[in-house]
Amino acid sequence: MAAVEPIIRTRDLNVYYGPTMVINGVTMDMEPNRITAIIGPSGSGKSTLLRCFNRMNDLIPTFRLTGEVLFDGQNLYASGVDPTEIRYQIGMVFQRPNPFPKSIFDNVAFGPRVNGFKGDLPGLVEQSIRRAALWDEVKDRLKESALSLSGGQQQRLCIARALAVEPRVILMDEPCSALDPISTLAIEELMRELSRQYSIVIVTHNMQQAARVSDFTAFLTPQGDKTSELIEYGETRQIFTTPKDERTEAYITGRFG
Amino acid sequence: MAQPDISLERAAAPAPSRFRLPGPGQWKKYLPERIIKAVLFLCSIVSIFTTIGIVSVLIFEAALFFQEVSIFEFLTGTKWTPLFASKHFGILPLVTGTLLTSIGAMFVALPLGLLSAIYLSEYAPDRVRRALKPILEVLAGIPTVVYGYFALLFVTPILRNIADQIPFIEISVFNGLSASIVMGIMILPMVSSLSEDAMRSVPRSLREGAYALGSTKLEVSTRVVIPAALSGIVAAFILSMSRAIGETMIVTVAAGQNPNFTFNPFVPIETMTAYIVQVSMGDTPTGTLEFKTIFAVGLSLFVITLGMNLLSQFVVRRFREVYE
Repeated sequence: MAAVEPIIRTRDLNVYYGPTMVINGVTMDMEPNRITAIIGPSGSGKSTLLRCFNRMNDLIPTFRLTGEVLFDGQNLYASGVDPTEIRYQIGMVFQRPNPFPKSIFDNVAFGPRVNGFKGDLPGLVEQSIRRAALWDEVKDRLKESALSLSGGQQQRLCIARALAVEPRVILMDEPCSALDPISTLAIEELMRELSRQYSIVIVTHNMQQAARVSDFTAFLTPQGDKTSELIEYGETRQIFTTPKDERTEAYITGRFG
Repeated sequence: MAQPDISLERAAAPAPSRFRLPGPGQWKKYLPERIIKAVLFLCSIVSIFTTIGIVSVLIFEAALFFQEVSIFEFLTGTKWTPLFASKHFGILPLVTGTLLTSIGAMFVALPLGLLSAIYLSEYAPDRVRRALKPILEVLAGIPTVVYGYFALLFVTPILRNIADQIPFIEISVFNGLSASIVMGIMILPMVSSLSEDAMRSVPRSLREGAYALGSTKLEVSTRVVIPAALSGIVAAFILSMSRAIGETMIVTVAAGQNPNFTFNPFVPIETMTAYIVQVSMGDTPTGTLEFKTIFAVGLSLFVITLGMNLLSQFVVRRFREVYE
């Protein structure tokens, strides 16, 4: 698709929960320093696909995967790969803000601490919170509980927390679905800003959001009963203006899903 | 979309009631409801009256005791010999006996209980947990008198054999150590079950958040789950401690009937509960000063365990984290 070396690529990715195949044959390349959106109707396995990229699905006992997920050319699912190592490099932001019941500072410092960070921790925390565009709101209350923040602030704190381990990729699983429109706008602006330094993959059920923020869009939808397939993947403008597949067109024009 | 002003208008107009109010002829219809309500109410206040009754008996009898013995002597004396010719009424030997055995029990139950709670909540596969938890809870169903003889006839001989190998350490047949160990095993299911409940109620999203930052399972358990569940875990500890303080049979059977003012776990001691058993089972005539001692001891015991329970409630309320 492009000349640059993709940061994450999948090859014939099939995902199973127990005997049920939920994702069938996804092959896609994601470019660095771009925002890639994964859209599709509810239950189309968007989040499942996203969670393959940092091995979060490993926590589900019945999960099984065939095919490859390559990060910088290295297969994440090769034997001997430590999932915790992967997660230092590929951070994640969740659907609902999930700050730890600790202080604002300790939330951001959590990742560096478990990774044995030696250096200027307060500086790193400040830098991470600044990058998440939250510094001015919390600089005088770093010792207060993170649970005292508003939902939108909590989500930006979770982004700061993810940035503090200096990942190269940030996965976002419907990061705005629990937020009000103003907080959503703030997060979207932040994503555009962050995409200069990081590669971002975002799952969203909100097509306008995908159109607003992303560079590339992947459309996933269930075929038949449960198994989802990647229907179309390309530049966001092309997907939203001249989709090649009629199912994509039907979805983005709101005829189903 | 509904316009807001329309719904306001609707709310303003009162809807005519379609139900008849209960008239004079309708009492039959409401009688069963009232009877059931009254019966349920009576059942619920039985326990309240029982508590009030017990507490007032304790206070009344203890007051009679304190007419003859000063509270100061009772609380500070280090000799407890009410059944002997030279009578001393210092409760401290019984208090140290109780503290020795219950703190000893916590030394056994806390680490084992917390570690097994971590295993059950964070590490065990579903199948293992479903098998292990009921087995652990069987421990709670064993009669305490069985635990008592287990301590006296099984654990004590082993401890004495070990002590024989070590110079300068001698363990009596009745001792606080054996009772502590077995009592720790007895309250282990309570510690682990309550702690596990607290840890499992920590939302999954917090664990995922920590995993996503590259934490190992151990780091997720110790840095996220345990701190988030801390109030529940502390409450479990306090409740188990108060259970150990009130425990009677194990210490009566295995720890002895010698009120020694000591924290030495190798010699015979007597706890507050064991003393109450000794007097109420013995030949002490009712109504005598000797007999009234058990109410004074019982009241002290009640105050201690009540304090522990209030403390645990306070801890839970004060430190609980509320999640969405």
